[in-house]
Amino acid sequence: MVAALPLGYLVVRVAGAGDRVAAVLGRERTWLLAANSLVLVLLVAAGSLVLGTATGWLLTRVRLPAPRLWWVLAALPLAVPSYLLAFAVVATWPGTNGLLPLTAVLVLACTPYVTLPAAAAFRMADAGQEDVARTLGRGPVATFRAVTLPQVLPAALAGTLLVALYTLSDFGAVALLRYDVFTWAIRAAYEGTFDRSAAAVLALVLVALTLALVGAERWARRRWVRGRTGVAVRAVPQVVLGRGATAAAVLGLAAVAAASLAFPLAVLAGRLVQGTRGGVDVPDLLRAAGSTLALGLGGAVLAVALAAPVAVLAARHHGRLVAALESTAYLGHGLPGIVVGLSLVFFSLAAVPALYQSAAVLVLAYAVLFLPKAIGASRAAVERVPPAVEEVARTLGRGAARTWLVVTARQAWPGIAAGGLLVMVTAMKELPATLMLRPTGVDTLATELWRQTALGAYGAAAPAALLLVLMACVPAALLARDPGAGR
Amino acid sequence: MTLELHDLVAGYGGEPVLRGVDLAVADAEFVCVLGASGSGKTTLLRTVAGLHRPTAGRVVLGGHDLAGVRPERRRVGLVPQEGALFGHLDVAANVAFGLHRATRATRRARVAELLALVDMAGAQDRMPHELSGGQRQRIAVARALAPQPRVVLLDEPFAGLDAGLRADVRAQVADVLLATGSTAVLITHDQDEALSVGDRVAVLHAGRVAQVAEPRELYARPATAWLAGFVGEASLLPGRRDGAVVRTALGALPCAAGPPADVTAVVRPEQVRLGPPVPGVPTGAVHAVEFVGPAQRVRVELPGGLRVTARVRAQPRWRRGDIAAVSVPGPVHVVDGTA
Repeated sequence: MVAALPLGYLVVRVAGAGDRVAAVLGRERTWLLAANSLVLVLLVAAGSLVLGTATGWLLTRVRLPAPRLWWVLAALPLAVPSYLLAFAVVATWPGTNGLLPLTAVLVLACTPYVTLPAAAAFRMADAGQEDVARTLGRGPVATFRAVTLPQVLPAALAGTLLVALYTLSDFGAVALLRYDVFTWAIRAAYEGTFDRSAAAVLALVLVALTLALVGAERWARRRWVRGRTGVAVRAVPQVVLGRGATAAAVLGLAAVAAASLAFPLAVLAGRLVQGTRGGVDVPDLLRAAGSTLALGLGGAVLAVALAAPVAVLAARHHGRLVAALESTAYLGHGLPGIVVGLSLVFFSLAAVPALYQSAAVLVLAYAVLFLPKAIGASRAAVERVPPAVEEVARTLGRGAARTWLVVTARQAWPGIAAGGLLVMVTAMKELPATLMLRPTGVDTLATELWRQTALGAYGAAAPAALLLVLMACVPAALLARDPGAGR
Repeated sequence: MTLELHDLVAGYGGEPVLRGVDLAVADAEFVCVLGASGSGKTTLLRTVAGLHRPTAGRVVLGGHDLAGVRPERRRVGLVPQEGALFGHLDVAANVAFGLHRATRATRRARVAELLALVDMAGAQDRMPHELSGGQRQRIAVARALAPQPRVVLLDEPFAGLDAGLRADVRAQVADVLLATGSTAVLITHDQDEALSVGDRVAVLHAGRVAQVAEPRELYARPATAWLAGFVGEASLLPGRRDGAVVRTALGALPCAAGPPADVTAVVRPEQVRLGPPVPGVPTGAVHAVEFVGPAQRVRVELPGGLRVTARVRAQPRWRRGDIAAVSVPGPVHVVDGTA
């Protein structure tokens, strides 16, 4: 219900706008925006798919020196918000803008979404299939194409969908690098006109694009990925490359890590040194950090509270109603932050004006946006508690609710808490919805960074940026825990 | 096609897993390689297939040394554990995978022929996940046979199947290999499997082939005490050979003649007779009884503490604590040394 609220309200609003809709849709600019967004999404998705699959292969199939290090370095860009990377680019080369730098920034920021699932799929692929293909007359390259890739592609494609959704909804990086896409235009329409219907129409077009992406991924999956692939009976042994090839592989991984991690951090550190000379407003920064934490925590608590019943239902019952409920909750995954922000602005103004620009609406926006993360984590955690354990508790004389509390929740809480942590940190990085919904006079680290960068005050923006990265490292480190470390 | 392995050494850095394997498989012969888990069975197969590079030794197929020949040029068929069908391809595409150089018509005809051979005719359009374990295994065999390999290697192909199904699929696959005149090597850790399907059995132990023999020969005349215990069940009785008898705790038992020496008599459970105590016949106390349907396995402890296992008819019933006369009427096999 809560998750469907913004979208529903947006539809109502657009329906009420009448002929303004046709006018906005008829504009040449709307179509230009759509074309720009699609080109960007295609480039970034293709780049991340190739780079992520290649990195996943290197991480799992090749014997590298210091393998743990490369795992962590490959996952860590998840901690760097794309607008931070864009900030580093703009701060280093002022005036940089356009499609290609933006593509590079987004590919670097998004590739881990492909790398991690692709690496897991490479690891789970069965050695037997590759052995058979070799004995049936296919060389190593043909075997990779005919047998290995089809086993990895579903996971890589799912990751690519995340990349595409992220790209489509990205606001900060496209704004900093001045590339004309929907998110940016929605905000401009929202700020610049009294008639906010135009913003609503654009937002709905963006939602349509998002749904088209999800549909495209489903289609690709059905088209290329038939059937289920087996479970690995035996893992594929790692390739030992020659000294030269190993050096090239390590160099490649290091270059990606340098561009996506070392470069922004170095720029930040440099700016920090310069900035402190000009004087940093420490109380201001602390206030921003405090409100960031408080808002993030609020969003996390609400998201977990909303997620728990859905997660338990999804983990224990597999009815059609439950499936529908779960996919509704996942709406937030596809909805760009700016759309959720915009719709909640409309909603609060129309329904409860007192709430407009209150912290409550912002917390609600976070909960809607990041509910899927909370559900995913809680669901997995609850599924890991065997139902038999609950049944035993019931036969030992505990009621249903008490069983859930002392047995299920007791065992599942680390996973649920991890989901909450993930929501909290993601909320702390969130920019577009925060910009629209934050209470007047309240700044978070993300908006502080945004404000200073917009003024060209790169030095003053650096401390907030650094704090953001540090906080975002926590869940990235959790995610980076090598699934096969015990092997 | 004949397959010979000469002094094959292979491993993964550190201690080698195979320490000099010698084995000769005749044309159209079906050899089972029996070994405990971790004995290097899979490494052996992968080395023959060219998927693992040996440290030393030679693999000779049809008189040609395969050193440096890549797996895709060896024309070796492989049936891995659990079948390893390509999950993204249907049955027809799986079977036709090795026929990529053939014309479309040839491919279709060959697929139909092989599916009929493994009793899966008409299954062309099914996907691997729609098949049962036994069906998957048969498709895996068809896939390996499709390009007419010079030798077929099967890696524990029946290990994932239910006990009841296993015997059926095993017999069927053995029939197919026989019908196609394939030279085949099957590796397994299951003694019953090794004894029941192969023309000969090679036992892999500590990285070497401990004995190669026909199943009956291997069971009746294991080369060492270890083999006697590994292949089937045996009571090992220390004794002294004196001409054509061996003197043991169960008395003087006839055996193959040889010079006097300390030896070990290998007594299979079905060779042991139990009866009511009779003067002059060694007796023991029944220590444990296992009822196995048509028979019972009775473990008897002799006065010296030595235990002997007997497999006797279900009647009369033996109970723990009974005193039984233990005798071995027939000749027994002896191995050198004491166990």
